[in-house]
Amino acid sequence: MGKSIIQKIWDSHQVVQEENKPDLLYIDLHYIHEVTSPQAFEGLRIKERSVRRPDRTFATMDHNVPTYNRYFIQDEIARNQLDALAKNCRDFGIRLADLNSEEQGIVHVIGPELGLTNPGMTIVCGDSHTSTHGAFGALAFGIGTSEVEHVLATQTLWQTKPKTLKLQINGTLQEGVTAKDVILYIISKFGVTFGTGYVIEYCGAVISSMSMEERMTICNMSIEGGARAGLVSPDETTISYLKGRKYVSAGIEFEKAANKWRSFASDDDAEYDKILEIEGADISPMVSWGTNPGMSSPVDEQIPVLESAVSPTDKKSLASALQYMGLSEGMDIEAIPVQHVFIGSCTNSRMEDLRAAAHWVKGRRVKEGVRALVVPGSQNVKKLAEAEGLDDIFRDAGFEWRDSGCSMCLSMNPDVVPPGEHCASTSNRNFEGRQGAGARTHLVSPVMAAAAAVYGRFVDIRKEEYSRVETVHS
Amino acid sequence: MKPITIVTGKAAILDRVNVDTDQIIPKQFLKRIERTGFGQFLFYNWRYDEHGTEREDFELNQPQNKNASILIAGENFGCGSSREHAPWSLLDYGFSIIIAPSFADIFYQNCFKNGILPIKLNHEEVETLMAVCAGDQAITVDLPNQHVKSGTGFNAHFDIHPYWKELLVNGWDEISITLRYGPQIDAFEKASGI
Ligand code: SF4
Repeated sequence: MGKSIIQKIWDSHQVVQEENKPDLLYIDLHYIHEVTSPQAFEGLRIKERSVRRPDRTFATMDHNVPTYNRYFIQDEIARNQLDALAKNCRDFGIRLADLNSEEQGIVHVIGPELGLTNPGMTIVCGDSHTSTHGAFGALAFGIGTSEVEHVLATQTLWQTKPKTLKLQINGTLQEGVTAKDVILYIISKFGVTFGTGYVIEYCGAVISSMSMEERMTICNMSIEGGARAGLVSPDETTISYLKGRKYVSAGIEFEKAANKWRSFASDDDAEYDKILEIEGADISPMVSWGTNPGMSSPVDEQIPVLESAVSPTDKKSLASALQYMGLSEGMDIEAIPVQHVFIGSCTNSRMEDLRAAAHWVKGRRVKEGVRALVVPGSQNVKKLAEAEGLDDIFRDAGFEWRDSGCSMCLSMNPDVVPPGEHCASTSNRNFEGRQGAGARTHLVSPVMAAAAAVYGRFVDIRKEEYSRVETVHS
Repeated sequence: MKPITIVTGKAAILDRVNVDTDQIIPKQFLKRIERTGFGQFLFYNWRYDEHGTEREDFELNQPQNKNASILIAGENFGCGSSREHAPWSLLDYGFSIIIAPSFADIFYQNCFKNGILPIKLNHEEVETLMAVCAGDQAITVDLPNQHVKSGTGFNAHFDIHPYWKELLVNGWDEISITLRYGPQIDAFEKASGI
């Protein structure tokens, strides 16, 4: 019997295996940011412990940073947190992409773009969307602050072996349907807990033909389906993406590394604990209308009616979601009004996302009364986008063009959606209050968000002129 | 960490599913750099209205749910972000035990690292237990023997990985355990050339 990539990575990272214990796994790469790390360093200091491998931790500032006038941080507590990270990195010898660094950006955007994230690695970060790095065929998952401290001190983690789930996406996607729609479709179809206890391996024709950025969008939201990690076996797309990246070796060393990476791909006869299959052609552009990502529907359909709930608990949560969202059952998705648009976050803030949105926006105008923000995922993405003139396209259309950071994905910085207003957002979570107290989030793809900015409501991008959304691969 | 063995206490009931970490501790409270003092912000947006007054209709504000050390909730408790501020705020508020049909993976792990015992019981058991506790019932959680009991005859067994159980029962700091494996970690790094 062959092995899946999950099994291969697990087996090659076991440091200790004892009865009645989880396995002690070696962690190749550890990302940290300002919000979930300060208490970990505090713990090290209290116990007078050191960082075992400072060279295997990489830090960035993202959650709190202003995306406008970024050196002027009004919020004192946020500033303290950023200062604490800078001090911790200095004291313990950890590389930091701070606000002055051209490497700065959202942790899950910069890791891949700098070439730090490689196939076959174990990667952790005090952030649930660490699953993003799975796109490279790494076993990457979010951890809490105690585990951050544990990794800093020992470069390992005690982990119980997850179950494996193969999720195969067959065929091809309709025009206008993006990676974001695929993952929203998956979560709405199988529910927000289908992946709990599993690591998902995404595969099939749709995945094989996707770019790395599209795969990142999919893996990013694995956690919204309950899975701590989701990954894709490395292939030639993975390898050519990595070639020439800043922290990737070159020449013969690269060829050697690439061969090793290829060896992590799942064997054809690998076995899984569960297998799910979907058809790419069944997927429409999706819009979330409720308070978790599973509450999403195709844009040309309606919000479900309460009667359709399968259990009293479901009915209760549906009713409370609709009340929070200020929407009524049976309403057309296309009739939902939109006052804010946010294009950004670790799900959809990379070059292809910005290109797709800009391509559609070109020559159009943001509707009056709609506030629309574009927040590139990293300073590097920002620079590249500006070199292509995307910033001008967005600005001419009435979008605001910002510096990189998490921004309105969780609104820890000043970018907040006011209570009761609706936001078409390319982020990954539509929980109550996520974008601001009382804010109403609708998760969509970048091009759907762009269209919502222009119309002030959701529209089916498949029916639009220029609807042919070319994915320009970077 | 305070060890957990046998706890008898009042249980609060939060009959909601998919309670996410953004609700447990809203993001505006994540900016502190200490581990302590988060209890006051637990479920902040559900607990208080815009003027900072307690909302009467929120479960934990109701008299029968006050001063409880055990929390009983619906499935997929703790879903969403990895923020450990969630267990910190639950613990600081007074909950050292959480009972639900299921938990989100990261949250479940985070509990053990902070001296919180998350207990998975099946749907029917949780429902029964909620009914039992609705009448202001104290229940007993026995970690060494892995069961939850009430004076009215409720008795359910729960599963827990022996490793996590050992950590909680002894109140052990996991890092000190791992540091004993230093030689194995050295050997692994050497063998892998890293
Ligand atoms: S962009 Fe949003 S989801 Fe991604 S790391 Fe930042 S806050 Fe988390």
